[in-house]
Formats: sequence, C-alpha cells, structure tokens
Amino acid sequence: MAADTATTPTLAPVPQITAHEVTRERTGLVDWLTTTDHKKIGILYLVTTFAFFLIGGVEALMMRLQLGTAENTLLDPSTFNALFTMHGTTMIFLFVVPIMAGFGNYFVPLMIGARDMAFPRLNALSYWLLLSGGVVFYASLFFSPPEAGWTMYTPLSNETFSEGGGVDAWIFLVHLTGLSSLVGAINFYVTIANMRAPGMGWGRLPLFVWTILVYAILLILALPVIAGAVTLLLTDRHFGTHFYDPTEGGSPLLWQHLFWFFGHPEVYIMVLPGFGIISEVLPVFARKPIFGYKAIAASSVVIAFLGLLVWAHHMFTTPSPTVVLVFFMMSSFLIGIPTGIKIFNWIATLWRGTIEFKTPLIFAIGFLSQFTIGGITGIIVAIFPVDWQLHDTYFVVAHFHYTLMGGAVFAIFAGLYYWFPKITGRMMSETLGKWSFALMYIGFNLTFLIQHTIGMDGMPRRVYEYPDVGNLVLYNRISTVGAFILGLGILLTVINVLRSVKRGPVAGPDPWKANTLEWFSTSPPPANNFDVVPRVRSVEPMKDIRRQIAHATGSGTPEAPPAPESLVRG
Amino acid sequence: MAPINRRHIFTAVLLAVVAGCLALAPAAMADFFTPEDGGSPNADRIDTLYKIVFAVGVVVFIGVEGTLLYTLIKFRARKGAVAAQIHGNTRLEIGWTVGAALILVVLATVTFIALPGIRDPENSSAEASALVQPVSAHGEKRVPPDGKALNIEVTGQQYVWRYTYPDGDDNPLNNPYSYEEMVVPVGATVTLDIRAIDVAHAWWIPELGGKMDAIPGYTNYTWFKATKPGVYRGQCAELCGRNHANMIAQVRAVPPAEYQQYIERLSNDIAAANAAAAESRRKLDADPQATP
Repeated sequence: MAADTATTPTLAPVPQITAHEVTRERTGLVDWLTTTDHKKIGILYLVTTFAFFLIGGVEALMMRLQLGTAENTLLDPSTFNALFTMHGTTMIFLFVVPIMAGFGNYFVPLMIGARDMAFPRLNALSYWLLLSGGVVFYASLFFSPPEAGWTMYTPLSNETFSEGGGVDAWIFLVHLTGLSSLVGAINFYVTIANMRAPGMGWGRLPLFVWTILVYAILLILALPVIAGAVTLLLTDRHFGTHFYDPTEGGSPLLWQHLFWFFGHPEVYIMVLPGFGIISEVLPVFARKPIFGYKAIAASSVVIAFLGLLVWAHHMFTTPSPTVVLVFFMMSSFLIGIPTGIKIFNWIATLWRGTIEFKTPLIFAIGFLSQFTIGGITGIIVAIFPVDWQLHDTYFVVAHFHYTLMGGAVFAIFAGLYYWFPKITGRMMSETLGKWSFALMYIGFNLTFLIQHTIGMDGMPRRVYEYPDVGNLVLYNRISTVGAFILGLGILLTVINVLRSVKRGPVAGPDPWKANTLEWFSTSPPPANNFDVVPRVRSVEPMKDIRRQIAHATGSGTPEAPPAPESLVRG
Repeated sequence: MAPINRRHIFTAVLLAVVAGCLALAPAAMADFFTPEDGGSPNADRIDTLYKIVFAVGVVVFIGVEGTLLYTLIKFRARKGAVAAQIHGNTRLEIGWTVGAALILVVLATVTFIALPGIRDPENSSAEASALVQPVSAHGEKRVPPDGKALNIEVTGQQYVWRYTYPDGDDNPLNNPYSYEEMVVPVGATVTLDIRAIDVAHAWWIPELGGKMDAIPGYTNYTWFKATKPGVYRGQCAELCGRNHANMIAQVRAVPPAEYQQYIERLSNDIAAANAAAAESRRKLDADPQATP
C-alpha cells in the first residue's frame, strides 16, 4: 500500500500560480455542450438515460396494452416487433448500462477524493458518443425500425429477411454506444487505479467504486466481441460476405455465440454497479458497517470472471452436445454462489442495525426481495432439461425482469433517492418517494410474477397476439394492469424529481450521515470537488471525520452532524 | 414510526392481491406453478424435475425473504437502540458459501439422475410396435434401446411447419408429408429431425416435452411418445418474423390403425395430385395454348 505511506498532501505548501489570462466561465447551454466537468457530464448522462428509460417504458406499456386481451388488433405485427426490439435495445444500451456510467461519472471521483476523472475530455466524448448512438437508433423510427429483437439473430437480421435500414441503425447504435462505454471504461479504470485519496488502498475503496471498476473491466473484455460481431453482420448485409449465411457455408450459430459472449457479461455489467449502490445504501441507513466488506468486493470480481463463462446458457435449445450443455449449466450454478454471498452479507448488514426506513433504503429492500426471486428462477432456467420447457417463454421474460427491473432498476432508484441531495443540494419528498415505491413494488410484482405462469402455460415471448385458451387472457390482463401501476409509480418519482430540484428543502453537505467521501464536499460540490482531500483511514472516512470533529470540539455524541465546510475552508 | 405502519399496509395489500390472483384461477391451479405435462414421458419427467427444483427454490425463498422481513421488523430504528458495529464473521461467511454450494451440488445430482429419462428416447409401446422401424443413432441423434422409432422430419419455414413421414424406402422425395398438423400413432416413440430452411424457428409442443431450435444449416433432435389420443397444441418459440405468433404446430395422436389409414390417404392424395400435375404438364407440352 504505497498510498498509505505517502505524505499527506494537506501538509504540502500550496503552489503559487500566476494567471496570464482569466477566461470567463461559460454559462447556460454553451457550458453544458462544452463541459468536461465529471459532475456535469454525470448529470447529462443521468438525464439522457432517464429520458430513454421513459421512452422504453412507454414502449413496454404499448406492448402490454396490445397483450391485454386475446387476438388483439390494436397493433399490427410489424409495430409490435419493432416495439419489443426497441424496448430491449433502449433499456440495455441506452438506459441501464449508461446510467451506471452516469452515477459512476458523478460519484467515482467524489468517492475516491479526486478532483475529476483522469481524462476529462475523453469523458465528454463518451457522453456525446452515447447520445449520438441513441439519436441514430431512434432516427430509424422515420424509415423502418428494426424488428428482429434486441438479439438480432441471424438469418432473420440478414438483408434477405430484414430489409430497410432498421438493423443497420441498430448496428451503428451498438458501435457508438460501445465505443462510448469502452472509452468510459478505460477512463474509470485509470481514475480508480491512480487518483485515490491518500490512504485509500484497495481495501478501503468504497464498494460502489469496486463495482464500477469491475464494470469497466467487463466492458473492456466484452465490447470488442460484439463490435466485431455486428461488423460482420454489417458486411453480410451490404458487402456480400457470408459469415452468418447458412446457404453459403456461414453459420447462424456463430452469431449466437458471439452475441452472447458479449450479451451475458452485459447482464453483469448492468447489475454489478446496482450491487454497488445497495452496498453503499444499506450500511448508511442501518447505521452499521457493511458486513463482510472483503467478501462483497471479492464476490464482484468472481461474478465478473464467471460471467464470462456462462454465455451458452442462452443457447440450451440449439443443436449442442450434452457436454456443452452440462458445462454451461455448472458454470451458471457456480455464479449463484458469489451472488448468494452478496445477498447474505446484505441481510447480515441489516441484522442488529437500527434501520431507518428512508426512501433509498426502501428501494434497496425492494431490490433485495425481488433480486432473490430473479436469482432463484435463474437457477431453475440454468438446469438445461428444465430450460427446454422454459426457454423463449414468458417465464424467461419474468426471470430477467426480476433481475434487471426488480434488481438493477430498483437499485438505480435507491441510488437516485440516495444521491439526489448531493447532486442538487436539495432533498426529495419522502412521502412521494414512498408512494412511488409502493406503486412500483406492487405494479412490478403484479406484472411479472404472473408471467412465470404465462410462460409455463405455453406462451412464447415476442408474440403479438395469443389465442383465448385456458386462463391466458386473465393472466395477461393482470400483467397489463400491473404494468400501468408500475408506470404510475415511476411517474411519481419523475414528479418528485421535478418538484424537488427547485423547491426541495436544502440538504446540506451530509443529510444521511453517510460514510463515504462524496458527503465531505458541499451539495452540490464545487467545480474542483475538494479544496483539501482528507487522509483516508478506513472504509468509512466520513464516520472517522465525524468522530474526529466530535473529539476535537468535545461536542456531544460522535454521531453529531459534521461541519465539513469549516474543515474544507479551514 | 409512520413509514413502518405504511409498510405493513403495503405488505397486506400485496398479500391480498396475490391471494386474489390465486383465488381467481382455480381451474388452472394444477399447472399454475409447473410446466405443462401429461402428453409424453419426457414432458412428465421435466415436470417432476421442475417440481423438485421448485421445492428447493421455495425453501430458499422462504428462508431468505423470511430472514429479511424478520430483520426489518426486529431491527428497525427505535429510541435508544444502538446499532451493533460488526464488520463481519469469517465462520459465517464460510458457512453460507458452503451451504449455497451444497444446494447446487444436490440440484446438479438430481439433474444428472433425471437427464437420461428426458433426453434419451424410450422403447415404443407394444400397441405401436408394428409401425416403428430401425433408426440409426449418429452424433447427437439418440434412438430407443431397441433401435426402433417412427422418425419424422420437421422442417420450419416462415410461417409453417412441414412434417415428412417415413415410407420405408431410401428415397426421401416420395415420402408422405403434411403441414401444420402432425399425426402420430399413440404409443410409438417418435424421433424428430428438426431443420429450418429460411430463418431460425423452434419446435415446441409443451405437453410433449421441451423445445428444440430449428436452425438453418443444422439438424436438431428430440423425441416424444404420445401416451393417449388427443390433440396437443404448440407454436414456434423462436422469433421468426412478423407472423411468428401465427406459426402454430399441433400433434394429433391417434390409434395405430387410424395412423396407417391417415398415411395411406396422404400418399394417395399426393399421388393423385402428382398425377393431375403430370397430366396438365403433358397437355401443355402437346398444346401450349391449352388451359390446363
């Protein structure tokens, strides 16, 4: 731990700088367009991705409306296919993955005591590449949106079966957002590796930062594969190659392998930073240190490694030898162990705490209870003979929404409610927040719990209509009603955000009495984050600082409200 | 305390909703928690395996969620309560790691025990023994222990399934075939060679077992043995284009004698159609202006 023995910069003399020219600070639109400040880029990321989340949500509601009754004629098949293709693509490439980069952008430098990301301009490039990816993709609405599903299986996505530019727009979206994520991942890695506060060894890195580090590594490993794969698809479509064309010796299975070699790590790319948010939120509101810091940090790394070895469990029904099926079943089982460890450690963190039921914590509990269901059904679909029945049905749809919506998205909402005071300097309404949670929790479970049964009753996914047999209409109607309740819950949070940005009570630097360094700065933090970076002596530097202040001033309990401003200015 | 009371209300509402859903669906209760079964032994065995795994899952679910709920109620913030400053417990960590691993070892063992019965075709029943013929195993294609089965080729194309029945000779071009509905004799082990000619499809009749993808350039294999007469419905399970939802498949299981009649009629119909086509070709050859 070289950082531990380094001299504390707070004791070093302040360097004298002679200014030759003072440029006027940019304001308004020009400022947002040209900013390289990690916090402003973070806000751009968060707002943009949340907008895409709402668009993806509307697409989902349109699909649920169509499926509200049997043999519905509300939407035609091509519209419906375009909707689920755009819903999946939007939620994955334009919402969950980049919103994690948004939180990472805003909070990684603050949490490790850095003044910005390592490469601020590269950081701005990341954001603008993401936005152009989204614009290119949604521009296809004006010609022919893609209809082959977010997985773009060949030969369906070949030129012969998918004419028009929709698939090409999707390919360019993958390239642009992929480049954005790659550049961002390198930036995160370099920042975390080099710019930590004095004393912050790897064993004192906040758990959210650990997960962003693993997220970055996974992106660097997985994205080049999909970039190559979609380039081959592009040349197949337009330049006469036959990589995936079975009639000319190509292989549709090659696409599936390449796609999922990226696609499964992508699942962990989406959910790992969510794990990080949960690991930050739980100890703060249980007023207890995280239980098993090392186990939680290590399990993220193990999940990332195993996550690279499970891809063909998406392909259990393809022509594959039994030994391959067994390998991918066992590797998928194995990944359940580190995931289970995390859940046990989180519950142990709450155990014997004094739990304060603030909105961030409630969303974190929503995450815990729902992600557990997604984990259990994950083991069920990992058993390949069982998956032969469940694959490509609504059971699978339910399973991955329990991990991504019930898991990652609830974690994102926990993060939003937790960090909103830091980003804006104002508190969100607890009442609205709790109502939002209640509607989202009920709506989510109403929508997706019943979908397990819909799938087992024989309804495949990606069908625009279904016959009126058995109880399918009843089940689907329950699911549709749930989806609208869920939508209403999300709407309440949007209202909460819009109201609180201007009119919420002023938060102060550390409203939750939290543990990590971002709360050491003002809310919102100044452009340079910290005038003085404190020396880090544990995983919970803010707790140390509060104790130190209580000790120095002799005032009350160690949990007394801190006065970081005086410390910063002093 | 207000938020906690509200949480109780949320929980009560949630329970009421779930109870309501269960009460509304009494007819389908049997299959509410499990996959479809009852048509073929492999489907029944998948169902059994699922039930075992599901039971383990329910135990884990109750254990985890119960502990979570208990923790939330027991350790909510109260006046005077002080949080225990515990950083971890190595023994506990090792304990639950080993515990999770053991559950997975049990699940893997159960799966390996159940696998052969699901994957490998079994012998046909005596009633249908006259209709099955020797089939050779190769690669991933498995055959019943006695080497005999009714081998049907299933070919997916946008948006219909085509079934080619065996006729005993080596020429595949003169075999009887049908679309959409496959007719099979009850009690015969049917082995399927599944292919596609345009895009990927997936063959799936839930009551007759798991699905298998039909991928252009590849042949996939599965089997079933209809145990009682009836119509078993299913549909394409892999997105194959705009009318994916309408690419239905069904299997009609009939007594062996009826199956023979069906195949004869199919052959005669095809022969008659071929003869009619040959006749009009002959007429057109003789007089290109003729109306065929």
